[in-house]
Amino acid sequence: MNANEMLHTDHLAVGYGRQPLIRDISLAVRPGQILTLIGPNGAGKSTILKSITRQLAPLAGTVWIGQQPLHAMREQTFAQTVSILMTGWAEPELMRCEEVVAAGRFPYTGRLGILSAHDREKVAEAMALVHVSDLAERDFSCISDGQRQRVMLARAICQEPEILVLDEPTSFLDIRHKLELLSILKELVHSRQLAVILSLHELDLAQKVSDLVLCIRGDRIDRCGTPEEIFTDDYIRTLYGVTRGSYNGLFGSLELAPPQGAPEVFVIGGGGFGIPVYRRLQRRGIPFAAGVLPEHDLDYPVAKALAADLISEPAFAPVGDAAVQRAARVLLRCRAAVCCVEQFGETNRGNLQLRALAEAHSLLRTPEEEL
Amino acid sequence: MNQRRSLRLLCGYGLLLALLCVLLVCNLNAGSVPLPAGRVVRILLGQPDENAAIIRDIRLPRLLAAAILGGALSVSGFLLQTFFANPIAGPFVLGISSGAKLVVALVLIAALEHGLVLHSAALILAAFAGSMISMGFILLISGRVRKMSLLIICGVMIGYICSAVTDFVVTFADDSNIVNLHNWSMGSFSGISWGNVGTLSAVVFAVLLLTVLLSKPMGAYQLGEVYAQNVGVNIRRFRFALIVLSSILSACVTAFAGPISFVGIAVPHLVKSLFRTAKPLIILPASFLGGAVFCLFCDLIARTLFAPTELSISSVTAVFGAPVVIWMMLHRDSRQRR
Repeated sequence: MNANEMLHTDHLAVGYGRQPLIRDISLAVRPGQILTLIGPNGAGKSTILKSITRQLAPLAGTVWIGQQPLHAMREQTFAQTVSILMTGWAEPELMRCEEVVAAGRFPYTGRLGILSAHDREKVAEAMALVHVSDLAERDFSCISDGQRQRVMLARAICQEPEILVLDEPTSFLDIRHKLELLSILKELVHSRQLAVILSLHELDLAQKVSDLVLCIRGDRIDRCGTPEEIFTDDYIRTLYGVTRGSYNGLFGSLELAPPQGAPEVFVIGGGGFGIPVYRRLQRRGIPFAAGVLPEHDLDYPVAKALAADLISEPAFAPVGDAAVQRAARVLLRCRAAVCCVEQFGETNRGNLQLRALAEAHSLLRTPEEEL
Repeated sequence: MNQRRSLRLLCGYGLLLALLCVLLVCNLNAGSVPLPAGRVVRILLGQPDENAAIIRDIRLPRLLAAAILGGALSVSGFLLQTFFANPIAGPFVLGISSGAKLVVALVLIAALEHGLVLHSAALILAAFAGSMISMGFILLISGRVRKMSLLIICGVMIGYICSAVTDFVVTFADDSNIVNLHNWSMGSFSGISWGNVGTLSAVVFAVLLLTVLLSKPMGAYQLGEVYAQNVGVNIRRFRFALIVLSSILSACVTAFAGPISFVGIAVPHLVKSLFRTAKPLIILPASFLGGAVFCLFCDLIARTLFAPTELSISSVTAVFGAPVVIWMMLHRDSRQRR
């Protein structure tokens, strides 16, 4: 146990009813850290989040907030320490957004809940922070889901917690607001030394925002580590049981499964110019071969995921004769070839030979042509 | 913006208070013996008058009861609406009034048969027992069905069952007092004594004070249970308090005036629309005033429209309350579809 830990769990078992859904959960988060829960749908991310925020009683084990066990905390102390943003919301009648945000001041106001000038300041500050100040007078039930999500985040912030728990905060948000929300989180974590625990569906975002990632699989925590340790191609495939398509750990991007069959088109690519053509062929379901790409090339990861046949050279090596001969054999079996590169430098002169070969056999098409 | 809200608040309360005063005066003046305002004032000041008894012993306690019980009913409705997060919830719709009515009728008949005279506190206790039994059923059902419309239907059905049993019991009870019992079971403010007014106002105002103290967690609860709990509301204790307080209020009304329909739904809704907010700290007192105004108005009509024959108060409140409820549901429906 580390005295620095804001929240940690000790052999926690969670679930509904008596049967634990996930057991032996040990997680820990320190001030200034973002811990992200990932895992397939229905794995129990929300169940864990509910169990550490008192919405669900743990089936075994203990949740510790600082040095105190969660179950022994006074309601007000808990409210001043942990605030939440869950999925879904009530539809309160005749409540303005400002009032919704002000609900977060509850643990600080008196018996009748009348806001002081200081409370009003905190409300305005929280609303400005998530850019919802202009919604203050609007009815909460008459704004969009994305706006509502941000208003609820402002509510959570003006509660001035030390730990912020968010269940899929990016659902309902468009990309602009997804990025904004995560930037705000990052900022909060740094400026206020908050500890944040959240669940995310978007792996690419999880990879970029998290300090620690917790992977839930089956009835246990499968792995816990830094994004670099977790987001590898193979591990993510196993975690989510991906059978069609693939995951690229470097970019956090997903690719569909490649078209089946022998290559019909040969794509001479490089420097990222090949990717649009690969994608077009993939969409039409035309199997293709790609070459000749050094392994450090921008086109390489996509070609590796999508091409039926890929002729490559080791990273930083020039395109050599052996590779060109292999590529030529494949190219001549195709019904067409596309050359996406226009500049041929010292290292990819081999691709120029391939283009000449395709032209000689009248197989060459421009990238814009219908294939 | 803030100023406009304060102005609205002031105007709203001003309007309610003005209406209350006007209706208090009207209720004193009107009746089978019409008395002009000047004479009423003289009577109230203690000058001897042949009709002093009508004012002092009949109209005054009756209108106070109508005002206080009307307010209680409307506050009870607001509490239930908060509890179930449903604007159509109310003591009558959920069958709580009818449950209270049944137990009170049983107790009254038993007392009549043994020649006992019951103190009004005993009636409140009986009504409270009845409301809690109905409430128990409703809570049991609400644990099983998530859909609010189903819950309301169950409540209405419980109401029908209780009313049917009450009618059955009343029909077969053999006593000359049965006429009174019949009137009471239809809902009426008639025959309320000063002693009754003392008891009911003590109960109602005590409960009202407690509900105002609950207004802070009620506000938090409007955002849903999860967020209320997150800001530090002890949900179990809070829900228990809400149920008990609203049941006491509606039990008190039923014990003295029988079941009265629609006040609990229509008035809080009208008040919320008037103030354009649902903040409990504002709406609780306003609901009380609104309920008082509404019931005074309805009682005035019940007494005077076909005088000397009296209408049951429940039929008058239904005529004015039910359209409000229909309007409200249509309004909500169109808003949700938008």
